[in-house]
Amino acid sequence: MIGAGKMKQYANVLDKPLSKGRQEVSLSAFAYLFSELVQYNQTQVDNIGDLERRLEDAGYAVGARVLELLCHREKGNRRETRLLGILSFIHSTVWKVLFGKVADSLEKGTEHEDEYMISEKELLVNRFISVPKDMGTFNCGAFAAGIVRGVLDNAGFPAVVTAHFVPVEGQQRPRTTILIKFAEEVLRREARLG
Amino acid sequence: MAPAVPRSGDAIFANVERVNAELFTLTYGAIVRQLLTDLEEVEEVNKQLDQMGYNIGIRLIDEFLAKSNVTRCVDFRETAEVIAKVGFKMFLGVTASVTNWDSEGTSCSLILEDNPLVDFVELPDTCQGLYYCNILSGVVRGALEMVSMKTEVTWVRDMLRGDDAFELQVKLLKQVPEEYPYKDDE
Repeated sequence: MIGAGKMKQYANVLDKPLSKGRQEVSLSAFAYLFSELVQYNQTQVDNIGDLERRLEDAGYAVGARVLELLCHREKGNRRETRLLGILSFIHSTVWKVLFGKVADSLEKGTEHEDEYMISEKELLVNRFISVPKDMGTFNCGAFAAGIVRGVLDNAGFPAVVTAHFVPVEGQQRPRTTILIKFAEEVLRREARLG
Repeated sequence: MAPAVPRSGDAIFANVERVNAELFTLTYGAIVRQLLTDLEEVEEVNKQLDQMGYNIGIRLIDEFLAKSNVTRCVDFRETAEVIAKVGFKMFLGVTASVTNWDSEGTSCSLILEDNPLVDFVELPDTCQGLYYCNILSGVVRGALEMVSMKTEVTWVRDMLRGDDAFELQVKLLKQVPEEYPYKDDE
């Protein structure tokens, strides 16, 4: 359009160089933002289950993008296709980038073949949160669970992911365990691959 | 004499605990996405983001004052400099510049070239009225209100809308005289 005045240059995300991911913001900036996320969602629900579901949903959006970003930046555009591969990718790479450290532990459930657990002594999103008594089992870790589910689902490993508090002897605060229960098809495929 | 106002927030930022900006960016993106789904109208989303920012601002100012050693600013000019050089740095790790003063010194622009909120973001056609970073204007407004300054904060330029920088206009409406809660004693 000639003579339409100043043509605006819309920056295309894909034309920009991919950041190295070393930029940081203060922990409190994140904490304030996360607290607003929780408070806003609290106004949208009338029970704890829904609140957790909504936090998980927000986390899922983060997880889906983190998978894409990290596969591109850290793994030369390859993504894991095996169960243990993707789990250790989450436990180490994803955790390290998002939370600055590798997750405390990654374990296989002893009772069920399809269950795995990632545990964290002090999960970042639970750090400034104290759950009031009347909110029972509510766990902000649902957000982190959502991130895990977002990564898994988009990598082709559908799973149900939930966050739980597990009391630790001699510790004031419980640790957070993220329980991953894979869909049947994932285990069948895994068995076939041998 | 009051302690010197720090000229930059570099030292403070170096000393606070930090997290990866991508976690922050993507979490903010998830919030905006939820608001768009819930509220449907971009105008409503703008309003809600501003409100969230305001809520943050009124809490954040305490931490800011506690960690920055900033005492009372002599005028609005100094206030703007402190926000741009110390405030933004301390929390977001970026600095803004202050320009476009009006002749009375009651209105200026904060210019951000680096904005951690908008990494990986592209506004789709359906969201053209959205002020994606509206949370920031709420934060500035809320924080200033807690130090007795009523302000109006608006976006003038927005890189997501094709501009070459982010420009936030801060207009001082009035200085509220400090009031003490005498009522209880009466």
